[in-house]
Amino acid sequence: MKKNLMSLTVMILLFSAFISPALAANKPPEKGETLPVINLPIPKNPDERNYLGLSGSGLFKIQQIKAKVVIIEIFSMYCPYCQKDAPGVNELYRLIENNPDIKNKIKLIGIGAGNSSYEVEVFKKTYNVPFPLFPDKDFTIHKVCGEVRTPYFMVVKINEDGTHQIVHNQLGNYPGAEPFLELVLKASGLK
Amino acid sequence: MQKKRLANLITIAGILSVFISVPMAFAISDAYKGNIYQVGTLKPIDSVLKVKKGQPAPDFTLPSISDENISLGQYRGKKNVVLSFVPAAWTPVCSDQWPGYNIAKDIFEQNEAILLGITVDNVPTLYAWTNQMGKLWFHVLSDFWPHGGVAKKYGVLRSNGVSERALFVIDKKGIIRYIDVHDINKRPPLEDLAAALEKLKK
Repeated sequence: MKKNLMSLTVMILLFSAFISPALAANKPPEKGETLPVINLPIPKNPDERNYLGLSGSGLFKIQQIKAKVVIIEIFSMYCPYCQKDAPGVNELYRLIENNPDIKNKIKLIGIGAGNSSYEVEVFKKTYNVPFPLFPDKDFTIHKVCGEVRTPYFMVVKINEDGTHQIVHNQLGNYPGAEPFLELVLKASGLK
Repeated sequence: MQKKRLANLITIAGILSVFISVPMAFAISDAYKGNIYQVGTLKPIDSVLKVKKGQPAPDFTLPSISDENISLGQYRGKKNVVLSFVPAAWTPVCSDQWPGYNIAKDIFEQNEAILLGITVDNVPTLYAWTNQMGKLWFHVLSDFWPHGGVAKKYGVLRSNGVSERALFVIDKKGIIRYIDVHDINKRPPLEDLAAALEKLKK
């Protein structure tokens, strides 16, 4: 009987060792924390590669983007709010690109949760999205980001020494390009 | 004694594995706020098809949320028709399927196709639910009464009274050209439907 109890305890301990990382991954990364491991393909489009300051092919991590701040939007082509906010997020890109003080400091990318390359392209074409969008067909990135609802914005500050931290997280409630840019500038210390 | 212990361990591992199983993957739009009912992971397919590719599609007439009665037959000779059955309003994957079709209108138009969205929910429920998706360009039909009658005709009514997540492509002659009774837990990739529509031209 005692032996049975022992084996049950061992099983539970083993089980919890396996499940705890999974549970942790189900929580979105918080402000002050670093990003979970996210590998994205280096874009084939030279303009997009150039925009992100990347070269070559293969995979890259968000903190390797040549910028001081990266704004990540987790979206889906199937999400009505992402559709509604798309013109406003495009406007954010234009505000940044048209301002020489911040143009090379803030970069914007989108990750299509559960979207195939084809689906991401439909979204890009429908809304003329000017910044790079990446598919996440199998929800791999969506899972490590805590299976957030969409659209979900993460603002990441990349430090001189190569370290990084999340300085702002936001589910939906996109306030428009200007207020959001203001928020990004303040949260990242660029202003 | 040893055998009994082994059996006990297997039972315990079985129970634990239920908890450890990978959660169903979907991304819920914030548009629905907290109003999506979590159904968990379901049996992928729970019905037997009653139609086949190459056969005439059974005709039907159903009420739409815009207070019209829509018949499949009214498109005969005019348009290709995509039937998109989704299991239920206010559930995770379904809520993130039609809004995608809503921005893919040109894929349908390029292939002279229209889309009919169908669930077994009643009209008021469908109205309230689809209102969260923005203005839809396609008809949304209610297969509520007799309950799931059309789904049953096509063989996509599940044992609990909801339909499968199924796509049928019907050509202008009324012949079924493509069937995808999809795993209810997953959204069919748009490219598969687009390819099926492209094939109609050949």
